[in-house]
Amino acid sequence: MSAPVQQDPRGAAPTGRASRSGARDTVDVEAWRGVRAEGAEDIDQTGSVFLRRRSWALLRDLIRPHHRALWILLAVVVAANAARLAPPYLVQQGIDVGIPSLVDDRTVDPLVVTMALMLGAVIVQAIGNMAFIRGSGRVGQQVLLEIRRRTYRHFQKLDVAFHDRYTSGRAVSRLTSDVDAIAEMVQSGFSGLTTAVLTMVGVGVLMLTLDWHLGLVCLASFPVLMLLVRWFSRRTSVTYRSVREASAAVIVQIVETMTGIRAVQAYRREDRNNAIFSGLADRYREANVTAFRLVAIFMPGVKLVGNITIGIVLLYGGWRVLHGEMTVGVLTAFLLYLRLFFEPMQEISQFYNTFQSATSALEKLSGVLEEKPRVAPPQRPTPLQRAAGHVRFDGVEFGYVADRPVLPGLTLDIPAGQTVALVGTTGAGKTTIAKLMARFYDPTSGSITLDGVPLPELTDDDLRRSVVMVTQENFMFDGTIADNIRFGRPDATDEEVRAAAHAVGADTFIDTFAEGYDTDVAKRGGRLSAGQRQLIAFARAFLADPAVLILDEATSSLDIPSERLVQQALQTILASRTAVIIAHRLSTVEIADRVLVLEHGQVLEDGSPAELTSTQGGRYAALHEAWIESLA
Amino acid sequence: MPAASTVIASPPTSSAPDPQRPLIAPAPARKRDTTSLWRLRTYLYPYGARYLIMAVASVVGIGFSLLIPLFTQRVIDGPIANSDQRALLVLGAFAMAVGISEAVVLFLRRWIVARANNGSERLIRTDLYTKLQSLPMSFHGRWQSGQLLSRMMTDLSIIRRFVGFGMVFLVVNVLQVTVVLLLLLNLYWPLGLVVLASIVPVVWLCLTNEKKLTRLSRKIQDEQGDVASSVEEGIHGLRVIKSFGRFAHLYKAFAARTETLYDTSIDRVRVLSKFITFLEVIPTCTMILVLGFGAMAAANGELTIGTLAAFILLLLQLIWPVAALGMLLAMTQEAMTAADRIAEVLDAENVLVDGSGEIERPRGHLRFEGVGFRFADADTDTLHGIDLDIAPGETLAVVGGTGSGKTTLTSLVPRLVDVTAGRITLDGVDIRDLRLRHLRTQVATAFEDPTLFSMSARENLTLGRSDATDAEIEEAIEVAQAHFVHDLPWGLDTRIGEQGMSLSGGQRQRLALARAVIVRPRVLVLDDTLSALDIHTEALVEEALKRVLHDVTGIVVAHRASTVMLADRVAVLSGGTVVAIGTHTELLHTSREYRELMSAEFDLEAESDELRDHGPGGTDRRTRAEVAR
Repeated sequence: MSAPVQQDPRGAAPTGRASRSGARDTVDVEAWRGVRAEGAEDIDQTGSVFLRRRSWALLRDLIRPHHRALWILLAVVVAANAARLAPPYLVQQGIDVGIPSLVDDRTVDPLVVTMALMLGAVIVQAIGNMAFIRGSGRVGQQVLLEIRRRTYRHFQKLDVAFHDRYTSGRAVSRLTSDVDAIAEMVQSGFSGLTTAVLTMVGVGVLMLTLDWHLGLVCLASFPVLMLLVRWFSRRTSVTYRSVREASAAVIVQIVETMTGIRAVQAYRREDRNNAIFSGLADRYREANVTAFRLVAIFMPGVKLVGNITIGIVLLYGGWRVLHGEMTVGVLTAFLLYLRLFFEPMQEISQFYNTFQSATSALEKLSGVLEEKPRVAPPQRPTPLQRAAGHVRFDGVEFGYVADRPVLPGLTLDIPAGQTVALVGTTGAGKTTIAKLMARFYDPTSGSITLDGVPLPELTDDDLRRSVVMVTQENFMFDGTIADNIRFGRPDATDEEVRAAAHAVGADTFIDTFAEGYDTDVAKRGGRLSAGQRQLIAFARAFLADPAVLILDEATSSLDIPSERLVQQALQTILASRTAVIIAHRLSTVEIADRVLVLEHGQVLEDGSPAELTSTQGGRYAALHEAWIESLA
Repeated sequence: MPAASTVIASPPTSSAPDPQRPLIAPAPARKRDTTSLWRLRTYLYPYGARYLIMAVASVVGIGFSLLIPLFTQRVIDGPIANSDQRALLVLGAFAMAVGISEAVVLFLRRWIVARANNGSERLIRTDLYTKLQSLPMSFHGRWQSGQLLSRMMTDLSIIRRFVGFGMVFLVVNVLQVTVVLLLLLNLYWPLGLVVLASIVPVVWLCLTNEKKLTRLSRKIQDEQGDVASSVEEGIHGLRVIKSFGRFAHLYKAFAARTETLYDTSIDRVRVLSKFITFLEVIPTCTMILVLGFGAMAAANGELTIGTLAAFILLLLQLIWPVAALGMLLAMTQEAMTAADRIAEVLDAENVLVDGSGEIERPRGHLRFEGVGFRFADADTDTLHGIDLDIAPGETLAVVGGTGSGKTTLTSLVPRLVDVTAGRITLDGVDIRDLRLRHLRTQVATAFEDPTLFSMSARENLTLGRSDATDAEIEEAIEVAQAHFVHDLPWGLDTRIGEQGMSLSGGQRQRLALARAVIVRPRVLVLDDTLSALDIHTEALVEEALKRVLHDVTGIVVAHRASTVMLADRVAVLSGGTVVAIGTHTELLHTSREYRELMSAEFDLEAESDELRDHGPGGTDRRTRAEVAR
């Protein structure tokens, strides 16, 4: 009946659950892909019930504000459908009453009444239908808008640790493809489905009223239809899933080949890739063929049931008319109603795929919305209008993984206005200190205070106004160079933006652009060198004018001339504020008031660069010596 | 002037048909809107019989669907009117048979075309993929992978829908409408004219509304794209946004874009609500008229009741074919655009022409002769006037500041990009005369930012040599100090990359290095491959690399002094050309630029690591440097 389903339930599919034995069984086809660790997106059977409940809860929450509108819409759609079902009945009246009275009584009145009623029904149907489609469309779009905004806000609220774990790719696809999947359901067929269900119920009732003998015969087709629908929905839920998986595998292969084209060509990978891609494309094709063929059975199946019912109506109905138990008009009405009855079934098959993608999207979204941010805003904030910049770490312990502390208890006092450079080995905890100061994470124990106020007690606004971190990751936002600098202080004037660029020496290269500060970074984004982007990021931080400035390897992507410029600028930028610098280059460290040499999250040496350089046998002194020597 | 060791093979590529060549039909001299779509016909040929059956089945299906109302007419006017029970049975049985046949034909059409339709789609898709892989870096630099992806998925599925559905029904629907209208006119022409008149507003409604809807759908797509870029900005820039506390600022832009999208979606709903409603209302209105006039005519004996019933039933059969016309035309329009976009890729010219020569016993003597390079859209040269002679077995380090053209230089050797001036020779042969495959077997590059594919670690390692033995894999792992692969959950079979285990930058680089080593090339290019390694691993890797580099010609792009030590000579790249060349010690004395570079590249963290292990004092460092030499 159907083609073999190209589905390996165990390990082959990219989102499927992989197991050792699964990989071994399918070695020839799939060995290249390798075995995947249990991903967070794998949903096992026990989990899916819970997920469904979770997404229902989200859905209920989303429609709550629209309850009233929905009740009104329900009334409207019922009325519109009643009107929609009237014409066949009125055709029957026309044939059975209108024509005889024309022939016998020479009066057109019954026919005119019937026609007038039909016209009335059409008007009600038109108005009701339009109102319903608009109303339900509006509700749907508002729900969609709320999903988009709520999810976006939620992602921004979630802590950095969550994002480290979740990865940006997944976050983006939650907010784009998943929301779009729901949008598609809202757009296509959602109102159609409601109409379809109502029509079927209405037609059933009407047929029974018109002639319950024939009505019962017609309704006998209903269980058969339901069996067909149940078979179809069961089979498609499996098949559409395998279609989605196969298409995801094809997409991954395309994207990875295109983004990694350099490696593909340098390593003559083309042939093997072609073989692999052929396999994936075949799998996608087979999955699609299976899906198409399910429809190829379902749709003609519905048609078959419908046509057989029509045949029976003609036979049995004809027989009843023949014996005077029913009129010709009723027979015609039945034939018209049967069309209305079977038509919506075709829509269901088209709607099903959309519906499934939408529910699975909703499941993933509800999962994200349930995440609680672990770096929470304060319940009762302590106001801090203008921070002086006195930072203190008190017995701070922190680790990314439970039993592997990065900071085993750090106590550190940075007086306001001091510039501190952190120097140390890989994994000494330099970046961790920076991130804790910016409250990307909260320490597991101990406290960090700014001007004596623990960071968790500050509102986000107060904290961010006072503490700003610049990293290597100098992200450029859509817009002009000026927009990107102004990101540091959105209400800054053009003069202030220019002054900030001048202060860090970014104006030199900006002035070489034809459009200067109005140069669009998106268009030129690729052409802005890493160093230029870095300078813009500096200007941004300078404009923000925080009491505490953290520079985490912020100078490392600058070339030598730019770095010199920045170093000069840094002297002025850092003079009036507290600063923490992590740098790979000694020349940058040398401008600090104080150097901390760290190892395993502990301070080994603490002093001014001059003091430490002259300390016999000191680490910093050794570094300095090695630097001098490397130039020899 | 081919060297003695070189065999220039006779070019077999031009005579035999190339299996890699796409199937698309050649472009005709005159281009119309339909040209690209028509050129794709060649992809239907392998499934010709199936498509033919589909066409026949569609026409037969219409025939059957029209028969049912006609049977109804006969039933009402014949047996029922005459009380003929036997005739009723016969006609009823016929109607039933026709109904069953209609379903069977529908089934056959859908079942048979499923394979043809998806088969054609797959043929185009694999052709696109093959073509894209053969196109050079310059092409890929211009095209974002997202654009290519949407051509291979979205555009292709548009074509598939057109071929399996739109194309057929465009013809079939016109046919059906014509036949039904003729039937109606034949049954009772005055009513037929009424129906004909009512079709005009439906057609007009469909054409205008489909146009509006298509425009709105495109607008929605664009606006979804805008929202998506806001999303990407918000997610990718998250740490910066958090660091400056600028959520509100960003959210304002995002909210505005979602608002625009909402408004357009509502516009679409409004158009749709009118469209769908009138599409239902107009036929019902026609039905009222038909009923009124029909009843009058029946009363006057000009029309039988059976004919009236058949009339109404047939009338309903007109609705879909007429209503669908607008959609089908929009679909055709979309398919034409999609076909253009696909043809654009399939027609893209490959500027990187394959050579045909092979070097029989390659030694790895690499020469740059007056080499220059300029990006196609640039005004200035990225590289110019580069002369280098690297003897077989020699290793040359290339140092230079950001943007000095180091990476471009390295990608010239395996011809990922072609020189735009001068030439590069391998053992005396211009590399453009060599078969690409051959050249790229001789040259292996480990990139600074290595691409790992979502495949097993083994597959990633043996990217350039799928027949490598376990011993060879082990050896490469040893050289690159990539032992961590054995600690992955399923060892070498673990899937890594985006869709698998994520690895650290250092781990990725070590895999990339092992990947290059395993090829056993004559020329090994290391494009700053060790930058993400910690100092201990780096030392171990360098130790092992020295052995490897002993036998092969090496180009090493380096930042740290310790990496430079791997090389016999150092070339300083500045402003796109070589400004100084010599040994490390020589250059430290003679080149100010080199000294500055080395001081800038002095890595505090790496040195701290070093210190922790060896204690303060420079002696160990010196020793290591000496060993390296």
